[in-house]
Amino acid sequence: MTSLNFEKVSVQYGQRRAVVEFSEVVRPGEWLCLIGPNGAGKSSLLRAIVGIISFSGNIVVDGATLHDRNARRRAQLVAYVPQSPVMPSDMNAYEYVLLGRNPYVSHFGSESVHDTAMVNSVFERLDLTDFAHRQLGELSGGERQRVAIARAVAQEAPILLLDEPTSSLDIGHQQQALELVDKLRREHGLTVVSAMHDLTLAGSYADRLVLMHEGHRVVGGTAQEVLRAETLAEFYGVSVHVHHEPDGTVAVIPRRSLRT
Amino acid sequence: MNSSQVRVSSPWWIPTAVAMLVLALLGGAMIGPAGPTWWRVPLELLNRLPLLTVHSGVSESEWNIIWLVRMPRVVLAGLVGCTLSIAGASYQGVFRNPLVDPYLLGVAAGAGLGATFVFTINRAGSSTWLIDPLPLAAFGCGLAAVLVTYVVGTAFGGERSSTTLVLAGVAVTSLVTAMQAFLLQRHTDVMREVYSWILGRLSTATWTDVRLVLPYVALSTTVLLFHRRLLDVLRVGDDEATALGAHVNRIRLVVVLFATLGTAAVVAVSGLIGFVGIIVPHAVRLLVGASYRVVLPLSFLLGGAFLITADIPGRILSNPAETPIGVVTAFLGAPFFLLILRTRQASR
Repeated sequence: MTSLNFEKVSVQYGQRRAVVEFSEVVRPGEWLCLIGPNGAGKSSLLRAIVGIISFSGNIVVDGATLHDRNARRRAQLVAYVPQSPVMPSDMNAYEYVLLGRNPYVSHFGSESVHDTAMVNSVFERLDLTDFAHRQLGELSGGERQRVAIARAVAQEAPILLLDEPTSSLDIGHQQQALELVDKLRREHGLTVVSAMHDLTLAGSYADRLVLMHEGHRVVGGTAQEVLRAETLAEFYGVSVHVHHEPDGTVAVIPRRSLRT
Repeated sequence: MNSSQVRVSSPWWIPTAVAMLVLALLGGAMIGPAGPTWWRVPLELLNRLPLLTVHSGVSESEWNIIWLVRMPRVVLAGLVGCTLSIAGASYQGVFRNPLVDPYLLGVAAGAGLGATFVFTINRAGSSTWLIDPLPLAAFGCGLAAVLVTYVVGTAFGGERSSTTLVLAGVAVTSLVTAMQAFLLQRHTDVMREVYSWILGRLSTATWTDVRLVLPYVALSTTVLLFHRRLLDVLRVGDDEATALGAHVNRIRLVVVLFATLGTAAVVAVSGLIGFVGIIVPHAVRLLVGASYRVVLPLSFLLGGAFLITADIPGRILSNPAETPIGVVTAFLGAPFFLLILRTRQASR
């Protein structure tokens, strides 16, 4: 299992600072969920980890900084599922998941027998075998999300980053996708960092939540500690009812401000 | 599941494409306005192989027509078709835009401008230099044209806008053509040489021409084929390809460099031939799917077969005059391009 440390990580787009000196320690095997209103810097932080955007500060994976890793080595350590993955409609699911083996293939090389065997086992483990040869354009939203997660699993990276993994799914598929991630985390000891807007789901699945606002880390802790009505009112500008279940989970229910 | 699932198409496609290329080569060598009866040609070719003796009835002068007139032309047309086709497929992959080809991106026009520069400076003197500056100038200007097209196209339309990139290509082609016309107007003495270069010399091809382009074609094709897996990685967009450990900018630069190198080299001998780089890769995608692992090698093989075949009507229809091959490909390509455009609009 692998740890992930953020040390004063900042991301800047021109004059705008998207993430400001973000520091946090994600323990091996932990699921950390970043929450916060739009523009808080959650996605920017995830994109910085995988090298899509540049950052200052340090991101340390198991004691070594990501700056010192080349792109392939970084992709062997960190897998990323974006909010809206680009899924070419004329590519089949098998070809798509096979792309997850890119970090293990040399520049001019091609996938080894081990790579294809690995992809086959991912299809079996995630119960996707039936649509391996279906075009991505033919898949439903839930199926596409599972295939996107399968590609990340095929990367065999110990850290999994998920940017809004449930944003385009119905409630059933939301639960399926998060249960799948949780199962993978438990079975493979993955360290998971996700960005989520659904606070109830975030609180139900993540070990810890970190609330971000305007690029800053505001507060971190368990769902009970972070999902407080006054905190959410301050940073989301919304009135909510926070319901604590007997099993420790927290439900966040928005309140209408005006009733006519 | 087994590892054979990685194969996105039947393993028979490549041997079939090789057979089609060989048939096209043979057909091109057999057909012509002068020379021996068509069926004697394959027999004579067999006869010329070591350890084989076949009586074909072909005289020495007829053999000269086959070997010195038809074969260089057929082989050169094959090389041009292979290169334009694989370059077109590569540009489509690297720009993630199925509507581009070397012609539409302004590469061919840029190469023409580069050649014009050399002619206006001093073609007679420069041709004896250690390294002929003509293909280099064609390559440099072709590369500049495609880079300007890409920068303008993405600046105004974003990376995913197919039509903006094509429109940028049209604008760059117009600008480059205007610059070339301006240069020619100021150097009317080289106009005939430049136009003869632009129209190409496929009809008067010699083995020297084949030897001139072969190293460029071999280098360009080898590098592009080595990038076919990475072109599949780029299909998921720059951000995700980066997250998958790909050096997106490096891949894009290398592919554009070598696709342009091949294009500039073949344009130097064939003139401006449009649409090959769009017709063939699209037909291949319809047959075997969109994976560049298959699209690139098949486009290479079938592109050669296509251009050799497209050259045949031009040789015999208006005999003794010739219909330029670019006219034949444009007749086929323009409606095909509109068909693709219509299909894409309908699928949105």
